[in-house]
Amino acid sequence: MSAPSTPNRAPTPAPLADSVLSSRVRLARNLVGFNFVNRSTHQQLSDIVLRVQSARFGGPFAAGVRWVNIQGTAPVDRQLLFERNLISRPFVDSTHPRCVAISSDESTSIMVNEEDHLRLQMLAPGMRLRELSERMIGLDQSIERSLEFAFHPRFGYLTACATNVGTGIRVGAMLHLPALAIVQELERVQRAAKELHLAIRGFHGEGSEALGDFYQVSNQTTLGRSERDIVEEFADGIVPRFVEWERGARRILLERDPGSLDDRVHRALGVLRSCRLLSLEESVKFLSRVRLGVSLGRITDVPLELVDRLLLESQPAHLVRATGCELGNGRDDRGARADLMRASLR
Amino acid sequence: MERTCDCCSNPAVVHETLMTGGVRTEVHLCAEHAVERGYVLPTSIGPALVVGKLLEKATQAAARTTKACPTCAMTMQVLRESGLVGCADCYRHFEDELGAIIARTQEGAAAHVGRHPAQASSLIDRAALRNRMVRELREAVAREEYERAARLRDEMHGLGLDASATEATAGEADGGAGA
Repeated sequence: MSAPSTPNRAPTPAPLADSVLSSRVRLARNLVGFNFVNRSTHQQLSDIVLRVQSARFGGPFAAGVRWVNIQGTAPVDRQLLFERNLISRPFVDSTHPRCVAISSDESTSIMVNEEDHLRLQMLAPGMRLRELSERMIGLDQSIERSLEFAFHPRFGYLTACATNVGTGIRVGAMLHLPALAIVQELERVQRAAKELHLAIRGFHGEGSEALGDFYQVSNQTTLGRSERDIVEEFADGIVPRFVEWERGARRILLERDPGSLDDRVHRALGVLRSCRLLSLEESVKFLSRVRLGVSLGRITDVPLELVDRLLLESQPAHLVRATGCELGNGRDDRGARADLMRASLR
Repeated sequence: MERTCDCCSNPAVVHETLMTGGVRTEVHLCAEHAVERGYVLPTSIGPALVVGKLLEKATQAAARTTKACPTCAMTMQVLRESGLVGCADCYRHFEDELGAIIARTQEGAAAHVGRHPAQASSLIDRAALRNRMVRELREAVAREEYERAARLRDEMHGLGLDASATEATAGEADGGAGA
């Protein structure tokens, strides 16, 4: 498996791209007639894989399905799929039979035997939740023609974790909130997230740190509200509100001390253009600052799409596949990352 | 006329009138619910009866925690420890326990609203679902949980179910589930 040179990024600026890195919609589904993954034997899990692989998928899979058997995949390639947000961290690390279906444009993946039998996921750059959710429902309907999903009249779609029952839908956005961090108002976001029953996570989802002021925000309530209501609240209310706060903080920074802001973003660009060794944490931190400068028009010779692409391509498995350096070898990794930045940001 | 308990239909034995900021509130509770809420009762009310009822409840709860799902052998104890349900049948077998857990984690929501598989239409016993929700609605009102009551009414409305207080018999529930 090789790391494609052009990742899943739109050629034109995506909606609200200044503050929203990407949108994600996920559905959890389980098959009728099988125990959930946590109560299944290896043989039963293998049977589930075969059952799902025999189904017909529409939507993004109409042009073809690429199946990846995770058990037979090298660790670096599992990591690559994780970095591209096509599989989850637990899915990388498990040892039981499991596989993932990936659409040709990498916008969509279906993990088989993650926490639930099926985890369907769609990703897009910027704020595209409404469009994604419509496509997701179409995909779900196409799969339901050949697979029967566990359903309860009161609890809706049944899931291994009771916190996902009902619609089984999670919608989320990866927000870029550097100005709120500088003016020390991130607590406002945390407070609002708590009041609105939202989950707020770091760069790589559950349990990860908020590197570079990137935050994943997603719904926690999946029961008692329709898919449409959940998506509309997110697309029309929650995300625009957070974006407006971030934009307000950016305006404050520009009005109060534009010199400091310019220094911060151009200094970060200078580091990326000159460094010889660069850790992952440093690259995300400096790319985040450059991204702020590009979004505000303070840096004009770097496109936003390039910054977003570098956020992806500077991750460990991508560097391994692009340069052949060893996974986990800190020095090789940092040198290759610095080389990538200098070559890309010349 | 004998007052009934705010939480159930048993006769109330505790009557309390509270004045808060000029607003008068009355509390009427049966022995069992009075003890549950921390009222200390005189012995004449029959503490043995109350304790017996509480013990009965505790025994029932203990029995529920050890009974196993007939399909996957999951018990409530293992489920609580792992945080994961074993199979679809667990949701029927442990419906009360899971319903309480789900209500806590889902902002008090009691029932699914939204899409459902085409195959599931025949599974939806709308009369039973409505009766269950009507009971939960009454309980919410009795406990003065008005936000939850409003939420339940909205959910019933969304499901096309009649939210009036009378329970329906099988086949009487009207409307159709939206896909």
